[in-house]
Order: sequence, then C-alpha cells, then structure tokens
Amino acid sequence: MLEIRNLHARIAEDGTEIIRGLNLKVQAGEVAAIMGPNGSGKSTLSYILAGRDDYEVTEGDILYNGESILDLDPSERAAKGIFLAFQYPMEIPGVATMEFLKVAINSQRKARGEEPLKIPEFLSRVKTAAASLDMDIGMLKRPLNVGFSGGEKKRAEILQMKLLEPKLCILDETDSGLDIDALKIVADGVNALRAPDRATIVITHYQRLLDYIVPDSVHVLYKGQVIKSGDKELALRLEENGYADIIGEAA
Amino acid sequence: MMNVHTGRQPTAAESALVDSFVDRMGELPGDGEIAGARDNAIEALKTQGLPSRRVESWHYTDLRTLLRGVAAYDETAGTNAVPPVIAGSAVAAVSNGKSISAPRLDGVEFTKLSDKLVGGSLIAQMAIRGGDDAIGQINAAYVTDGWAVTFAEGVELDAPLELQNVQARGQGHVRFPVKFGKGVKATVIERQAGGEGEGFSTSLSNVTVADDCEITWIILREHSDQATQLAQFIATIGKNAKLNLYVVNAGGKLVRQEVHVLAKGEGSDFQLRGVNLLGGDSHTDVTMTLGHLVENTTSLQIIRNVVTDRARGVFQGQIKVNKVAQKTDARMACNTLLLSDDGEFDAKPELEIFADDVACGHGATVTEIDGNHLFYLRARGIPENEARGLLIKAFVAEIIEELENEALVEALEAILDKWLAVHV
Repeated sequence: MLEIRNLHARIAEDGTEIIRGLNLKVQAGEVAAIMGPNGSGKSTLSYILAGRDDYEVTEGDILYNGESILDLDPSERAAKGIFLAFQYPMEIPGVATMEFLKVAINSQRKARGEEPLKIPEFLSRVKTAAASLDMDIGMLKRPLNVGFSGGEKKRAEILQMKLLEPKLCILDETDSGLDIDALKIVADGVNALRAPDRATIVITHYQRLLDYIVPDSVHVLYKGQVIKSGDKELALRLEENGYADIIGEAA
Repeated sequence: MMNVHTGRQPTAAESALVDSFVDRMGELPGDGEIAGARDNAIEALKTQGLPSRRVESWHYTDLRTLLRGVAAYDETAGTNAVPPVIAGSAVAAVSNGKSISAPRLDGVEFTKLSDKLVGGSLIAQMAIRGGDDAIGQINAAYVTDGWAVTFAEGVELDAPLELQNVQARGQGHVRFPVKFGKGVKATVIERQAGGEGEGFSTSLSNVTVADDCEITWIILREHSDQATQLAQFIATIGKNAKLNLYVVNAGGKLVRQEVHVLAKGEGSDFQLRGVNLLGGDSHTDVTMTLGHLVENTTSLQIIRNVVTDRARGVFQGQIKVNKVAQKTDARMACNTLLLSDDGEFDAKPELEIFADDVACGHGATVTEIDGNHLFYLRARGIPENEARGLLIKAFVAEIIEELENEALVEALEAILDKWLAVHV
C-alpha cells in the first residue's frame, strides 16, 4: 500500500536535511510501528506523508497504491485516504467542531465524486462514533479542540479517523499526554479500524502503546533512516536495552 | 471661487460639490432657516475644502486626495424597495435620495424627511459638528429626503425595522432621525445598499435612545467598487438604556462611517462591533467618538477586519471620560486579519480620561492566517481555498454570533459567505 523509496527531505525554510535516504514498505492490513529517539525524524516523516509544505523532498519517492503522491496537496492526499492523527491537534477558535467534521467529510466525498452526506445520516454517524470513544456529544458543539484536555484532543483525532474512514492511518505519538484509561480507549478505537484493506503506521517513542496496538512490524528510525526492521519483539528489545544497542549495530 | 484666502486650486471633487449647489438649490426642500443652514454648510465647504491628512480626524483618510470625483445626479437611478435582509422585517425605504415607502407599525410614526425640512422642524439637527465635519457639511447642504421615525414609549418590535437606503448609482443625500421613546425594545437594520454604477452618497442617522431602551442597530453596507459613501451615526443614550451597534462593511470604493455617541444616562451601556471586509482597491474608515458624560456607564468596542488585495482600512476610536464620569468601564479591541502584503489597516485608539476611578483599556492586533491551522484543515481533506475561507469566517463569526437573533446571524453569515466567495 505504501512504499517509501530512498526518501531525502529537508526543512524548506533553512535547508536542514531531516530525512536521509529512508526506505519503508507497509502492506494493506499491516500495522507498522516506527520508533526512534528524539530528533530521529519521526514527526517529520508523518508531516511529509500528509503533504506539509514546510518540508521539501529532494530525492526519492513516496508511492501510495503504486502512484507517487509527491505532487498532491494535503487535501488531495486526505481524499485518497491518507490520515494523520496529530501529536498536537490544533485548537481553532470560531470553527465549530460539528461544522468542521461535516465540511471535512463532504469535501472528501466531493473529491471522490460522491454525494454529500445527508444531515441525519451525518449526525447518526457522529453519535455512534462519539459513543464508541466515550465522548460527550456536547463537546462537539464547541469550537474545534478549544478547551479540550490532552486526552479529549486525542480522542477527537480518533473520532475524525473513524468518520473519515481512511485507508492509511498515521498516528503521530498518539500516546503522548494520555493516562492509561484514555490510552486504552484510543487504542481500542484504532484496533476497531484494523481491516485487511487498511494500513496503520504508529509512530511512538515508547513501547507502552504497542502493548495495546500490537504491531505486525517495527522499524527503528535514526538520523532520517530506517536502521533496523523486525517484528514486535524488536520493540520489546528497545524497551529493555534502549536505542544505543541498535544504533551501535547499525553504525 | 474656493479658498480665496489660501490660493489653493480646488480639486475636481471639491469643485463639483460646490458648483452643483446653484443647480440643485431649487430642488432642495426647505426654506428660511433650513435654506440658511444649507448656505452655511456649502460656505464652510467652499472655504475649507475637503479635509486632507493635515486635519487630525482625517489623517488616515485624506478625503481631498481619495475623493477623485463625484458621481453626477442621475434621475433614472431610482429603484423599488428591495427585499429586506430578514424576511418579515418592516421596511422604510429610500432610493436615489427619495423616500418611497414606509410600513405601518403600531406605536411607530414615519414622516418623510422632505416634509420635515419643508416644515423647518429639523433645524437643530442641521448644525455641523465642527470644522472637520465634512460629512455633516455635504449632507446638510444637499439632503433631500429620508424617514423620520418616532417610537412611542414602551414599544417592543417583534421583527426588525429595516431602514433601507438604496443608491444604485448617481448621487444622493439622506437622513434618518430616529427617536426611541422610554423603554423601547427594537432591532433596526440600517441597510446601505448600492448597485453597479459609480455612486456618491451621504447618509446621517440621528438617534435618540431614551431611558430603559434596549436597541440593536445594524449598519449593513454593500456597495460596488465604484461607490463612495460617507455616513454618520449620531446617538445619545439615556439612563439604564442599552445600545448595541453593529457596523458591517462589505463593499464600497471609499467608505467612511462615523459613529458619535454620548452616554448621557447613568447605567447606560454602549457596544460597538465592527466587521470590515475589505478587498480590491477600497478604502474604508470607521471613526468613533464616544463620550462618557455621567457616572456608572459601560462601553465596549470590538472591531474585526479582514484585509485582502490592496485594500486599506482605518479604525479610529476616541473615548472621552468626563471628570464626573466615575466608575466608567470602557474596553476597545481592534483585530485585523491581513491576507495580502499589499493590504493595510491603521488603528488609532485614543483615550482621554478625566475621571480617576475608571477601568479603560484598548488593544490592537494584526495577524495572518495561521499556517498550522490551515495545514490541519487541509490534512482533513478540506481544499486550501475552502480552508482559508473557514478560518477567515471563524475570525469574524465570533462577533456575529454574539447577536441573539438567529435570523440575523444567518443573514450576516450569508453576507460574509458571499464576500468570501468573491474575494478569497
């Protein structure tokens, strides 16, 4: 589903290279975990996949279902099924959450040539999704993420993911700032979306989240490259010995 | 001859404004004192010329330079009343400087301003505010019609009253003197509507808000990019009365809306919310003076500006707190969303406080669209233009949504959407 080939990318503003020859394949149905120390390029990778123009790809390619997505803007990528759950979801005053959800869903439907959702159908989908995440529907009447706690923001991200039904989900440090109960709810939400035609990339610093979202593959990112790949045992090894070992092996 | 004493050559607009007086005189209603007031106004205009940036209150709107010409009168520019902004409103309409229709409303009296001028009863209001009162001068010299409206004590309107002034093209000068008797509760929409052609108009609203009133007054301006409008809203507020004024500017080549308010009654509250949607090569100025004359009065101004293209905007807010006006609480904020490098907004707050026990504050900000917000919305599949639109709308919707009337919120949001569709 996703193939990243020899990707090089830098910060557009100052030219700092962050991704330095990254290779990664993720199959449909797979849950891939990307782990790495601070500054290894994990969040940058998630932004580049989503199409943020603060970064420039200088070499290599990103193929999604066999086609390069480098020329697509973020909204086009989203309409094709790529979803990034943000590490720090934005608070946007003045934009009501419900209105935002409706516009987002219908923009994607429009881009795919589908009819907009009728209001009752939209509302019923939102209610069902909110209930499954133990979210109060009243919260959705507030401006987007404004005044939400850290946990509420992460739940709101998963709510959006459920409603938008993406094919490639990228979760950027979704565990940060969550207590154990919230973490379980969020992980359940992600697990419920596991499907043969859907891939998930879980970016995380700690192994903890992977106890709840069990990955099929684990990749260690260091200095903008995948330096080691393995199965879930690799994550456990990292938890015990830290990154130093693997970095040492790769060097 | 203009400005004999300075020897300065009059501009094309100044000449047009002064010279047409001789032609128009015969058609202007009112004689005796009213005609005298008109003569004085034109004389003042002739001697001073239009204000330039050297006149302090016009520093950011150099009318002498900005007003390149004055649209000629056009007898064919009259229209029928247009449908009100909110269905079910009572409409008192003026078009091309002529009163065309008034509604029947219990407890509310409508008189044609032209009749009042002929009767001479408006003489006190023909006075000019001061040497820098160019709008007052032009309007006093040339005003032809409008609606004088008197609300009896205690009247409560179920639906808004729309005072409609349509100047589709050409030139027109109108007034709306409105008196709210004690305890009136009403929403008035002052609709300043334009058309396609070149236009030049002035409009004055003189409003008396008696004790215990609750008045929402919305000035809604949609003119073409070839139309100039100079307008004043002048009000006094009585004891425990509330005046909630909205100024929405969504079009016009050159616009100045002055707001002059005196808080005369204890316990009164004045709030001004401004939405300036500025695009193209337009120049839009909202200038407010507010006097807190007595103890225990409150006021609030929130101005939100969206500036794109080469548009320029101005907000001047002057608050004077008299020595006796203790316990005054006055707040002012002016926030601008600047969407283009060529746009500009000047904010000039001015506080003159002579009392010692008051709470007064002001602040101004200029921001761009937040790149993080924009990316977040786009990452959810919302195309860039639409995402920008949502964020701009959010910026002004915050103050529109403070209106309690849902139909009004919807109507103003529709105007916002229409503007966004054209300019963003």
